[in-house]
Amino acid sequence: MTWPHKHLLGIEELSAGEITTILDTADKMAEISSRPMKKVPVLRAKLVVNLFFENSTRTRSSFEIAEKRLSADALNFSASTSSVNKGESLVDTILNIERMQPDCYVMRHASPGAGQLIKDFTKASIVNAGDGAHEHPTQALLDAMTIRQRKGSFKGLQVLIAGDIAHSRVVRSNIHLLNKMGAKVTVCGPATLLPPQVESLGVKATTDFEGAVAGKDVVMMLRIQLERQKRGMFPSLMEYYQRYGLTEERLKLADKDVIVMHPGPMNRGVEIASEVADGPYSVILDQVENGVSVRMAVLYLLLGGGEDVASH
Amino acid sequence: MSLLIKNGRVVDPSTGTDETLDILIKDGRIAAVDKKLSPRGAEVFDATGLVVAPGFIDMHVHLREPGYERKETIASGLAAALAGGFTGVCCMPNTDPVNDNASVTRYVLDRAKASSPVAVYPIAAITKDSKGEELSPYAELKEAGVRALSDDGKPVVKSSVMRRAMEYAGSLGLLVIDHAEDPDLVGEGVMHEGKISVRLGLRGIPAEAESLPIARDIALAKLTGQRVHIAHVSTKQGVDAIRAAKKKRLPVTGEAAPHHFSLTDEAVLGFDSNTKMNPPLRDKEDVEAVIEGLADGTLDVIATDHAPHAYEEKMVEFDRAPNGIIGLQTAVPLTLDRLVRPNRISLKRMVDAFSCAPARILGLEAKGTVRPGADADLTIFSLRKETCLQAADIKSLSKNSPFLGAKLKGAVVATVIAGQVYPAS
Repeated sequence: MTWPHKHLLGIEELSAGEITTILDTADKMAEISSRPMKKVPVLRAKLVVNLFFENSTRTRSSFEIAEKRLSADALNFSASTSSVNKGESLVDTILNIERMQPDCYVMRHASPGAGQLIKDFTKASIVNAGDGAHEHPTQALLDAMTIRQRKGSFKGLQVLIAGDIAHSRVVRSNIHLLNKMGAKVTVCGPATLLPPQVESLGVKATTDFEGAVAGKDVVMMLRIQLERQKRGMFPSLMEYYQRYGLTEERLKLADKDVIVMHPGPMNRGVEIASEVADGPYSVILDQVENGVSVRMAVLYLLLGGGEDVASH
Repeated sequence: MSLLIKNGRVVDPSTGTDETLDILIKDGRIAAVDKKLSPRGAEVFDATGLVVAPGFIDMHVHLREPGYERKETIASGLAAALAGGFTGVCCMPNTDPVNDNASVTRYVLDRAKASSPVAVYPIAAITKDSKGEELSPYAELKEAGVRALSDDGKPVVKSSVMRRAMEYAGSLGLLVIDHAEDPDLVGEGVMHEGKISVRLGLRGIPAEAESLPIARDIALAKLTGQRVHIAHVSTKQGVDAIRAAKKKRLPVTGEAAPHHFSLTDEAVLGFDSNTKMNPPLRDKEDVEAVIEGLADGTLDVIATDHAPHAYEEKMVEFDRAPNGIIGLQTAVPLTLDRLVRPNRISLKRMVDAFSCAPARILGLEAKGTVRPGADADLTIFSLRKETCLQAADIKSLSKNSPFLGAKLKGAVVATVIAGQVYPAS
């Protein structure tokens, strides 16, 4: 099949069928990663530039491994060592790298819409690896892959996403994806971290954490950025843990086959208790593993296309 | 030297006129307005099928000079004003240096006089360096030609300072214009807070960040008994507050910018930095309220908030881009297309909002009217001719507009200043 999109800027622009295609492709990629020889030549001689304007070890490593397993050439460009520090604009940075004939940019940026800004200045594909509080599509896709592995399908699944809803790109991409796939999403957090009109995204919103956990098939906890407390978003980390921390006790309110997810990095003892993070319901490390498969799938679909990857 | 503007539809709310008339101009003043004038030796401008209105005055323009000549100069800004149908503009003091003393005011006036026939009414800073603390030397500024004060772009946060400004300025007959914004509530907001900001992950600016300081300004107008003019009102809450104040006969006036009645926050969906301004584009309910406010006169004035920014300044991430768009050449066509044509406001109200009301608020007695004896400043426009501005048509040094390429029904045909005709194209 040919993939109809040049870029992956967000989940919002994908259809349910396209999401399923990515997940099916990711399953094949997982098989490749399980081989003794974990590499296929499908993206040989393709240049992928990893443009990380914000620090990220996990996402960047995951993309880099995905690129290597598909035999692409990867160039890492991080803001701290680049001309960005000398005041170069994002557009100028792209115009410069453009002359090195990249095939794809994987970009992490603090500003929502950074991908939309550069798309008019490049011939290459762009994969959004997180733009401010807007979208983080590969995170939602790896979450979806993890959910599908455990639950089989999305239809009617009761999903809770809890924590800092206002500042999270993960939550927006997940809401779009889960809604398109037929799951029912509830978001929960302190009122100060629930943006007004969040329900217009097609979710239920509540500040009652225990009520929200009740009966859920999937509980996804978001990282609380510690500086939010200093900015007066909530009184103390202890109070946060007491009201919104996912403890074993609270998890008992969920469906008996609940899975617990977290995009990482975790603050143990703030949004999640260690017993839960390391416990039998946790699929948090599966998420990390699936990240590589999903990113391989996305790069393959955007850059490769044509032949069936499983034939290699 | 005399000029006859023949057979135009003269719309002048100051005299209650709306009929096909001839206007005779002699020595830069209106000499006669009547049916079928046929003076000897007058040059004739055939205005058949066109509307002839008293000259439009834009109360809210950033000319950027001195200090930001990469964005705009007084000459380029006034060229845009002339092409856009404006016979006069008020320029905001947030230049470098800030216009908070008579020497900057005189510099602006001298440069304006040397470069354009468009009249410039400099607005000086309410506080020194627009820092919100000490009052600027109002008497000296008035002497230099200032009629109004504003710290535009920066709100006067301290209510005590605003109170003193209104008291002192009012006693000198100077108008205080407030950029009503609660910067603390705005925080890191970059667009209207609502459904769209939630979707885009951009920080929101609640409507209350505008309506709270408007409520304060209204209270201070009552306390001091002095006038206050609220710039670029963008919210329903703001419109409602001003309407209620006017009902109580408090001396409060308001203005609306064309982008606030032409676009909603949905325009931000593509992250185009030319949809970023302060106050931000609001939601549909707010846009409706601004239109109703203009229709019933709650918002007296249409003013552009013409805010030029250079290409490289706007071609950055949305949340890092400066606020504002240019507006001088799109204001009249937008108003005709979006408000007058669909009958949201009357043509008479439009002319009042662009001409009579600004002249009244600024105390320009010989402007904003076509009665005999008044200055011969006219804006001549077509209700039928289409405007479709391209970047090359823009006279401003900056091209930051979300309306380039937009097909708008209605066009400025000519601007007349002191009896001199300046065709729009």
